[in-house]
This record gives sequence, C-alpha cells and structure tokens, in this order.
Amino acid sequence: MASVMVKVKQKQIAQLIAHGKRLDGREPNDYRPIKIEVGVIEKAEGSARVKIGNTEVLVGTKVDVGEPFPDTPEEGVLTVNAELVPLASPSFETGPPDENSIELARIVDRGIRESKAIATEELCLEPGKKVIIVFIDVYVLNHDGNLIDASALAALAAIMNTKMPKYEIVNGEVKKKPGYIPLPIRNYPVPATFAKINGKMIVDPWLEEEQVMDARLTMTFDKDGNICAIQKGGIGHFTVQQILDAAKIGQQKSADIRKLVVKE
Amino acid sequence: MPAKAQEKQKLIDKEGKRIDGRNPDELRPIKIEVGVLSNADGSAYIEQGKCKILAGVYGPRETHPKHLALPDRALLQCRYHMAPFSVEERKSPAPSRREIELSKVIREALEPAVFLEYYPRTSIDLFIEVLQADGGTRGAAITMASLALADAGIPMKDLVVACAAGKVEGKLVLDLSDAEDKLGEADLPVAYMPTIDAVTLLQMDGNLTLEEFEQTVNMALNGCKQIYKIQKEALKAKYVALKEVAEE
Repeated sequence: MASVMVKVKQKQIAQLIAHGKRLDGREPNDYRPIKIEVGVIEKAEGSARVKIGNTEVLVGTKVDVGEPFPDTPEEGVLTVNAELVPLASPSFETGPPDENSIELARIVDRGIRESKAIATEELCLEPGKKVIIVFIDVYVLNHDGNLIDASALAALAAIMNTKMPKYEIVNGEVKKKPGYIPLPIRNYPVPATFAKINGKMIVDPWLEEEQVMDARLTMTFDKDGNICAIQKGGIGHFTVQQILDAAKIGQQKSADIRKLVVKE
Repeated sequence: MPAKAQEKQKLIDKEGKRIDGRNPDELRPIKIEVGVLSNADGSAYIEQGKCKILAGVYGPRETHPKHLALPDRALLQCRYHMAPFSVEERKSPAPSRREIELSKVIREALEPAVFLEYYPRTSIDLFIEVLQADGGTRGAAITMASLALADAGIPMKDLVVACAAGKVEGKLVLDLSDAEDKLGEADLPVAYMPTIDAVTLLQMDGNLTLEEFEQTVNMALNGCKQIYKIQKEALKAKYVALKEVAEE
C-alpha cells in the first residue's frame, strides 16, 4: 500500500526539510534539471517535450479553422486539454478526464490566456464566422511530481514552436496558401510551483514530496515579472507571509527558467 | 481585456465610485441564513449582491461508492453546481470543466477547517447550488458552505470565510461584481480562517505587479474579516431564534 510507505517516508522527508535539506539532496529553492526539446512530433503544428527530473510531459499543438465564441467574434480560440495518460503512473486510470487533469489543463490555460501569450485578435479570418483555433494538448508521459510546471513549460515551448498554415478567404471559403507562419506570440508565461511540508516551503516538489505535502501553490509570472495566474491546491493552508515570500522567490525562479525557452 | 467594452462602459467614475455605486473597498450587501432546508443535516443560504447560493450538507454518513471510504478519516465530497437559469445564457446542467475545478478548490478550501479524523470511513457530502451568479460565486459559496458544515454539527477549527479583490481600470477594488470580473484586469479570490491565520484558497487571473499583489491580498483579507462578523452573526441568529421558540 502506497499510503503505508508514505507514512514511513513522511517523517524522514519532513525531518530533513526542517533542517533545510531534501531527500534527493536539493536545496529548498532548487529545481531538478530541466530539459526541453522542441519539434519532436512532425505531424503536429508545434510540439515540445519537457523533462523536469524524471517528470516528462509532451505537448502537441494543432491548428484548425472554426467558429469563434459569440462573445468574442473577432478573436481566435485557444483550448487546452490535459491527459494523465495511464502509462505515466500506476495512479492514473483510463476513462474521462478527472478533476486533477481538468485542474492541470485549466492552470496551463490560465497562464497562457491571462498573460495574452497568443495574440488571439490576430487569428480572425472572417469576424463572427471563421477564426483560427489553437488546440494545446498536454500529454503526461511520466509522473514524478510537479506536473504543472512541466506541462506549462512544455505548452509554452510548443506554442513558440507552432507554425500555422497561411489561410485566406476566397469567396467565403477558407483556402490554405502554400507556406507556414509562426503563431503570434506576445508573452512568455512561466509558473513556479511550491509545496509546503512541515511548515516549510520548497520549490519543484517531486513525487514523494507531493505525497507528503500539506498544500501546493503555483504562481505564474509573465515576461515582465508580473503575476498572471495563481492556484492553490491540496488540503492544507498557507500563512499570508508564506504566500508573499513565495511570490518573491517564484518571480526569480520563473525568470531563470524562462531563459531556457526564450533565447534572445 | 476588450478595450471596446471599456469604452462603452466606465467601471469607475470620476469620483472613484464603482458601477454599482460602491467605494473601492466596499463589500456588496450580504445576507446569510443558516438552517434553511429541513432534510439536509446542515444548510445555509447567501445573497451577496445579486449572487444567490444555497448549500446542503449530508453526513457524516456511509460512503458511496464504498471503495472511496478512508480508513483514518472522513471523506469530504463537494459538488459546486450552477442552475441552468443562473446566468444570462442558459447553462447546460451537465457539469462543466469550470464547475469540476471549482468543486475541487472549494473542497480544498474547507478541508483544512474540518476535523475529518473524528469520523473515519464516513463521508460528508456538500452540495452547493448557485441559483443566481454575479461574480465572486466561489467566495460566497465557501463562506456559506462552512456555515452549512457548522449547522450540520461537524466540528471545525474555525469558519472559513472567502472574499475576492482585484484590479479594475488600474484601481484595486474589493468584492468584484460580474462586470468588474469580466472587464477588469485582475481577480484574486482568497479563503481564510481568521483565528489561525490560514489561507486555504488562493487563485488569481489577470495581471498584477508584486506590489499590487501584496496590496490586493491584504484588501481581500480585510474583506474576509468583515464578512467573518456577518458569518458568525448568521450562525448565532439561528440559535437565538430557536431559543425564542423554546421560551414561548
């Protein structure tokens, strides 16, 4: 039973963290090594595979033409979906998306949407009738903790890697012209996720730390270091001071990680 | 956000008053009732601005399905659901992705308050029905759901109270209404247990600098503290009414 193992390890992890140490030798504010590959799926319009330690997430994007939402007739559509694929963890099951995969997709979505990473107003072909739809599909391949940061980073790398066909409207019909253009990317949201264990905050929890954590806090920062999305998870709580401290550390971590994707 | 919509409608006027006449740090009018349903073990109802939300609690009771039962504590199950007529355009009664996420974050906002370890193997089922939505439904739902849990006689460390703050046309404002939420620049809901300084829900979307973030969190916490008083009065009011009935 996983929970018995957890009870045994819980004490060890918690005691170490009280002394500012972690079971895998990291400092409280250290990320695991991050590896990013882009363009790994040729049939997708854009793709990226991100590894944070042993956590591995693949994101593919597809671009299509469809109808806009009635309240935003002149804007393209962005949809994010996440699949916790059963091969990624013994705890993932087949079937319709559960609350964890829906929450994951919505956190990734919120970072991209609220930072206005994709200029959706440039994705309109015919107001109210035809717009470009960008599908971002998050595919978790190996779960070793902190799926949020891995997924959001892979999603950012994938949209930056996305090439969309050149569309034009001819006599009310959508036609593809030869060639591709990149997606209009305006911002680079990167999250930083914290776990609270034994009253202490650590970044980038791996699986065993997630199993013993009291609560989780994800803050997504845009390219200017402003906060564009936050999500607290887990059944524990934070003090106000812990949140304000996390915001300062998260801003720095997010800026460091952004440099791995955005090379200027 | 949509620049055009803002041109049509100013959300904050020259005197700094908001679209519904409130000051930036003013809450919407709040009315809370406890014990409004006879079948549920605990229940509560809240009106916050135009929000109208009802919650019922059943349990601790046998867990369904049985395999979900936990050996060392009770299972808290929460369903946040919006009535089809609660919004401008009819909402399909099937649970949306937003409702599934909100059910999760509301449950996680309340769980830290409840002594779940007192009732192993049972489940406590919380049903939240939004009858009318007007911005800040998750906050109003948490404020009222913690009263429904208390009304069911479930031991808790504190009441959980929630309130949002955000940024509208560059100004920080408390307790956003629907229009302010949709057209504003940021929305930050917070749930809080005042007696033990515990933040149990924190979400945000929009754009805030670190400095604005700190101010917005503090503004939301002030809102929470104001609502906490109303919340406690509402719980007391039920027992005062019972006492009066008994004395008659």
